[in-house]
Amino acid sequence: MKKVRDSLQFARAVRRNVLRMIAQAKASHIGSCLSTVDILAVLYSDCLRYDPSQPRLPERDRFLLSKGHAAAALYATLAEAGFISSESLLTYGQNASQFYGHATHTSCPGIEISSGSLGHGLPVGIGIALGAMREKRNFRTFVMLSDGECDEGSNWEGFLFAPHHKLENLTVIIDYNKIQSFGRTDEVLSLEPFAEKLRAFDWAVRELDGHDHSALREAFAQLPFQSGKPSAIIAHTVKGKGVSFMENDLLWHYRNPSPEQLQQALNELAEGEDDAKRVH
Amino acid sequence: MRNAFISEILKIAAVDAGIWLITGDLGYGVLEPFAKQFPERFLNAGVAEQNMTGIAAGLALDGRTVLTYSIANFPTFRCLEQIRNDICYHNGNVKIISVGAGVAYGLHGYTHFGIEDLAVMRCLPNMKILSPADPAEARRAAHLATSEKGPVYVRIGKNGEPALHKSDTDFGFGSSLELHPFTFGGVAILATGSIAFHASKATEILKTAGVDAACFSLPSLLPFDESLLRRLADEARLIVTVEEHGAIGGLGSMVAERLCRHRSRCPLLPLALPSSIALVGNQEFLLSQFGLDCDGIAKRVIEELHSL
Repeated sequence: MKKVRDSLQFARAVRRNVLRMIAQAKASHIGSCLSTVDILAVLYSDCLRYDPSQPRLPERDRFLLSKGHAAAALYATLAEAGFISSESLLTYGQNASQFYGHATHTSCPGIEISSGSLGHGLPVGIGIALGAMREKRNFRTFVMLSDGECDEGSNWEGFLFAPHHKLENLTVIIDYNKIQSFGRTDEVLSLEPFAEKLRAFDWAVRELDGHDHSALREAFAQLPFQSGKPSAIIAHTVKGKGVSFMENDLLWHYRNPSPEQLQQALNELAEGEDDAKRVH
Repeated sequence: MRNAFISEILKIAAVDAGIWLITGDLGYGVLEPFAKQFPERFLNAGVAEQNMTGIAAGLALDGRTVLTYSIANFPTFRCLEQIRNDICYHNGNVKIISVGAGVAYGLHGYTHFGIEDLAVMRCLPNMKILSPADPAEARRAAHLATSEKGPVYVRIGKNGEPALHKSDTDFGFGSSLELHPFTFGGVAILATGSIAFHASKATEILKTAGVDAACFSLPSLLPFDESLLRRLADEARLIVTVEEHGAIGGLGSMVAERLCRHRSRCPLLPLALPSSIALVGNQEFLLSQFGLDCDGIAKRVIEELHSL
């Protein structure tokens, strides 16, 4: 398995690529991508077992991006992790690009499932985890959901199912950036008390700062949080994280940056900055 | 028919360790032998068809052959997007087993009627469709569905369907079964599902009345028996389709699309259920009410021949 770079450098590189990709494509969902980046960076730097030279290795850990609209962040992550070249990312948003606007299994190695319609990743992840558990295979399955996505009833079918079947090899990570498509999550359809709901469904739940690499690393190292239970990580994040003028603003669910805004954003994420100050 | 199908699946699962069966909490009295014999490959997902279908897709990603099982609309419409995205888009090796085709659950009312499923299932990518008419066809369908890599929709009846075939059948994907032989210039009746029994009886009635009529059972709708239809389009005096499904999107539509494409002048009489059924009753009663029992089919064919 390849040892990738320091997770803070990893995250900064992903953010820079995401910004370039989305700006060039004039695409949306930049805020939704940026909130996931630290989680993805720590997952692919320090947690997941994978080998980019053997992307279909049977015993690889599975990562399913259920919030498929963060596809640019996943593609950029897979580039940093060595599955694809960073240069290829810049075809994102072009006609007939290999990279679709939502995560697509045919785009490149390392993508387990296509997503985009919300509420699909958890049931599929449960199927993968259940099969592994029944056949006593050791790989683990991780599913990343968005907060707005948790409005979908299919997730709650899955939330009910996984603890009943004691899927301790399954981890759900919720990118809780508090903003969904048409407004703030607590105004559109509140998930609170979210952790209590999941605990009541018999998940082992941990809440953390989804931009704190140490906290993420420590949590991932302790999986499963409780034997015989699936684990849920409620990652409190900031939509648009890492670019001052994009943070915590619904506008950046949709808007793509002008050339000037892109330059400003890239300057904020410039190499050589003090990573500890910047990302935490 | 469902018992014949599941019994055959049981035999197949005994030699193929990759076969899994998932139910949405239905199949009481039918699925227990599988659950008992293969507990590690059986799952009751609960009354949660979206999750059931996603789980099936996930299991199939790692090389298994997964069957989902429920009644009529529950494993199809309730989880349609999971079928579309998670199964078909990924060409997932999942077999959707829908029991109670048409109005088999007649006394249960419209919520339990499977009368739009063919229209919807056949427009999904990579999908194949099997629609057996009797226990023998259902047993064959079990082998075909599980030996094919990729999504297959299997539309089966319930129980007590009369045997259409005296012995086992050996149809394949894209082939049909001749119940009454066709001769040039005759009427060709095409039927799918257990209603083929009525179509076959209607053919006998027509022949007794002096009408040159042939009848085919079409257990494989996707792929379709294109060569049969091409021949009938050129040689038949009238093609009649008989299906226990609404008039839009099922067998009648499939034949009509092909006749147009072949620039055929052969007339088509599509016999199907209405799209809205505000009536309950057992299957036989409902079929007779809508002119789809053997007498009704024969009568409508004769009327059509008079109008040609």
